[in-house]
Amino acid sequence: MSEATQYETVVGLEVHVELHTNSKIFCGCSTAFGAPANTHTCPVCLGHPGVLPVLNKQAVEYAMKAAMALNCEIADISKFDRKNYFYPDSPKAYQISQFDQPIGENGWIDIEVNGETKRIGITRLHLEEDAGKLTHVDGGFASLVDFNRVGTPLVEIVSEPDIRTPEEAKAYLEKLKAIMLYCDVSDVKMEEGSLRCDANISLRPYGQEKLGTRAELKNMNSFRGVQRGLEYEQIRQAEILNDGGVVVQETRRWDDAQGKTFSMRGKEESHDYRYFPDPDLVRLNISQEWKDRVRASIPELPDARKARYTSEFGLPSYDAEVITSSKKLADFFEESLSYTKDAKAVSNWIMGDLLGYLNANSLELSEVKITGQGLGEMIGLLEKGTISSKIAKTVFKSMLETGKLPQQIVEEQGLVQISDEGALVAVVDQIIQANPQSVEDFKAGKDKAIGFLVGQIMKETKGKANPALVNKLLLERLKA
Amino acid sequence: MALFDLRLQDVHSKLNNKELTVSDLVDASYRRIADTDQAVKAFLTLNEENARRQADDLDKQLQEGGERGLLFGLPAGVKDNIVTEGLLTTCASQFLSNYNPIYDATTVSKLKSAQSITIGKLNMDEFAMGGSNENSSYYPTRNPWNTEYVPGGSSGGSAASVAAGQVYFSLGSDTGGSIRQPAAYCGIVGLKPTYGLVSRFGLVAFASSLDQIGPLTKNVEDSAYVLQAIAGYDEKDSTSANVNIPDYTSALTGDVKGLRIGVPKEYLGEGIDPKVKEAVMQSLKTFESMGATWEEVSLPHTEYAIATYYLLASSEASSNLARFDGVRYGVRADNPDNLIDLYRKSRSQGFGPEVKRRIMLGTYALSSGYYDAYYLKAQKVRTLIKQDFDNVFNQYDIIIGPTAPTTAFKIGEQVGDPLTMYLNDICTIPVSLAGIPAISVPCGTADGMPIGLQIIGKAFDESTVLRAAHAFEQQTEFHKLRPQLG
Amino acid sequence: MSITIKDVEHVANLARLELTNEEKEQFTGQLNAILKYAEKLDSLNTDNVEPTSHVLPITNVMREDVTRESLPIEKVLLNAPDEEDGQIKVPAVLE
Repeated sequence: MSEATQYETVVGLEVHVELHTNSKIFCGCSTAFGAPANTHTCPVCLGHPGVLPVLNKQAVEYAMKAAMALNCEIADISKFDRKNYFYPDSPKAYQISQFDQPIGENGWIDIEVNGETKRIGITRLHLEEDAGKLTHVDGGFASLVDFNRVGTPLVEIVSEPDIRTPEEAKAYLEKLKAIMLYCDVSDVKMEEGSLRCDANISLRPYGQEKLGTRAELKNMNSFRGVQRGLEYEQIRQAEILNDGGVVVQETRRWDDAQGKTFSMRGKEESHDYRYFPDPDLVRLNISQEWKDRVRASIPELPDARKARYTSEFGLPSYDAEVITSSKKLADFFEESLSYTKDAKAVSNWIMGDLLGYLNANSLELSEVKITGQGLGEMIGLLEKGTISSKIAKTVFKSMLETGKLPQQIVEEQGLVQISDEGALVAVVDQIIQANPQSVEDFKAGKDKAIGFLVGQIMKETKGKANPALVNKLLLERLKA
Repeated sequence: MALFDLRLQDVHSKLNNKELTVSDLVDASYRRIADTDQAVKAFLTLNEENARRQADDLDKQLQEGGERGLLFGLPAGVKDNIVTEGLLTTCASQFLSNYNPIYDATTVSKLKSAQSITIGKLNMDEFAMGGSNENSSYYPTRNPWNTEYVPGGSSGGSAASVAAGQVYFSLGSDTGGSIRQPAAYCGIVGLKPTYGLVSRFGLVAFASSLDQIGPLTKNVEDSAYVLQAIAGYDEKDSTSANVNIPDYTSALTGDVKGLRIGVPKEYLGEGIDPKVKEAVMQSLKTFESMGATWEEVSLPHTEYAIATYYLLASSEASSNLARFDGVRYGVRADNPDNLIDLYRKSRSQGFGPEVKRRIMLGTYALSSGYYDAYYLKAQKVRTLIKQDFDNVFNQYDIIIGPTAPTTAFKIGEQVGDPLTMYLNDICTIPVSLAGIPAISVPCGTADGMPIGLQIIGKAFDESTVLRAAHAFEQQTEFHKLRPQLG
Repeated sequence: MSITIKDVEHVANLARLELTNEEKEQFTGQLNAILKYAEKLDSLNTDNVEPTSHVLPITNVMREDVTRESLPIEKVLLNAPDEEDGQIKVPAVLE
């Protein structure tokens, strides 16, 4: 990285997010992922002669919602334009997109990198239709076209060139993803292609205002891939500049397996998309009333939640950041708080046991059965002393797997803490008799010995003994 | 009197009285086509087997009784740029010579619900680009009045087949005059409705902001009936107008007393055949005799209309015709070297010269650096042209002028000079740009060829246009003239 | 502003048309004539004129987000010049 450090890196990201409407943007075909090839198509999305598009209202509202969540100004008047180019995945040989009157403009989001908050500008957000999918066959001499994805509504979100490091790029994408999930406008699954990212990257000497020549990176299939691609490109461009060379403005493809970018030849011809207003569609007049209605449907966003968690619940900033990075996790947290007042305890269980388990098993929260209610009630049982913290671990694991509530688990498995003196005295006496050496050690001033004895008692009671009571009974006897 | 010269109600009462069956009508249609289409060449594809089966079904329905569609049993021709499921739709282009549509145009569905019978698909200028039918990539349609002459275009087949008595009525499409001008050249009635009145869903797009489907008929009453059947809001067409559809036939009162007519001086100036002008002046006298009044008016931006039209229509066409790329349908060129070669060869082999010329013009006009100078400029001039009409309609109910500056010309006479050909459309193009309705009705002949009178109305005021046209028709015999064929 | 053969070649490439030399020359002449004719629009001052892309004052035409049945695969492929495994087949994208 030493070569890159002489230069300032400038990155702008273009992110495409598929909106999870039921039907396509201009026809009634389903947008469901994974159907057999070409079974979600009709004359409209296949671009047959004579067909006409009719705009999906939900797609417009999702786009408005996303733009609002990204702090964009929402257009009063918007329209659709044709972007003309020939490609087999584009049935009409033009894509219906938005050229000069996008849904949203001039937005921003805040990202956090190395403990510092940075604002990244959003140039614009516009609505457009997705293309089909090509599969290469016959040793690369032919392609097969599946049009199922054609017409899935997309928003394209273009950032300002405000990003300075690959880490910032990754943080930006994570934040963007969280916001889209909060707004519930997309599934944002990069592996299913519902979030795709292209990056423009250029280098310039520190202090220089003019931007360097940029390369456009494509084909990055994960956030990590974006970061790696940018890191590779930083070094590649720095090497060229250090050798007195000139960076070529071009599109480069990221190869994740090789960890390199490659120039995409054959796309050299000038991009002259001949944009013009689509005469098959009419203008959108977005009234204040409409904007207000959509705005009211936006839930509390991650930044606001994070601020609330630190101020209201006293969570550490880091914990609040982690919990609010996913809406599902934050919702889980808040559900727990309906059953216990101890936010810190809930946070600790989430940060430790829950995320630890999910990470270790590469699972999503939605793939385990535990509920916020379960966690909240379990903490309640702990507070009341019904279960010990050791038993709580067992109960927690059981909740992850079965989704049962803690009371039920405790009863079914007989995990209720033994807090009855009479029941415990016998066990305490038995352990004291069986371990004379430890008793002597204790009396000789070795306080640690009591820990061993407690451990033995817990073992004997299968962890159910009330630890405070065990301590009390032990000390009474040993000091007697 | 020939069967198809009967009024619609008369046909229906003969069907009711069992003097006639639907099969008789369909028979008559195919017989007439067999007798005359060698000479006229109006049809590209016939739908005989289906049509006869449908006729049998309708005859059964006639026996059994029950509700009947507005156009029950009437043989219809459909221009070949209106898609018909399962019936070849070529747009008179080699590119679509094998195209078997997988859906019906909304107008075709409406004809089906009105229970007319589709006899076949009608010849046209390729992708509706042209005004003579000489741009059909199969064969030119000929004018039934004189087969040495063009029938006009682009709906030349639609006009010629009605004029030749092959069908009871037909559907055409009009982008810059493509219904009205061939109707004028063939001595029949052609109506271009207000933009948005009739669904464009299933009309193969030429210039989306101008295209409209409309009826070609032998008289104004039939025109009103067919319009009634095809007009109306369509949720599949975003540019379709959600307006109430009046009862058009009830507007045909014969009364035009007090009707205020504007006559644009620009339509009767230089370049107009004196005989055409004379026929228009005579027609105005007819209107006067019925109690209407007329005055000369001005549509000052008329001279800019043709340039405006060719920039807008060609630009839209260049994009609309991009889908004909040889990937999903149509004729794919053999053995392409690669994908780009497939595109280039399929399109170059599939499109005729006029289509290529307009794609080239439109692509150029939209290409970077020229958009403002051409497309945007033309859209602004379009506003001025529309305002011209708005101004006149502040004081007048209808505008009357010729449909075309001349009568039909000889086949081959204007080929090779696209600009002159474009200038033939001077009276129809401004109306298309303004999106307003207009009808062409027969108003005389010159050297044996028919002359058309164009009656232009306010947006969605088809009723007044039809009322004026119908009143004129009642006072004249021109619509009863028939060409001598076969 | 006059169109050259080179312009015609560029536009033909954008439009994916393969023109013969004869066609190129013909189109150069004809497009020049048409565009020269179109120059008459320049004489009109349109500075304060709104463009008309639709003659009707229609806005906000939208449909509800409801799915409709798609086509059976036989219809999708009915007109396909070449197909394999239920998909349209084309030569490779790259040259």
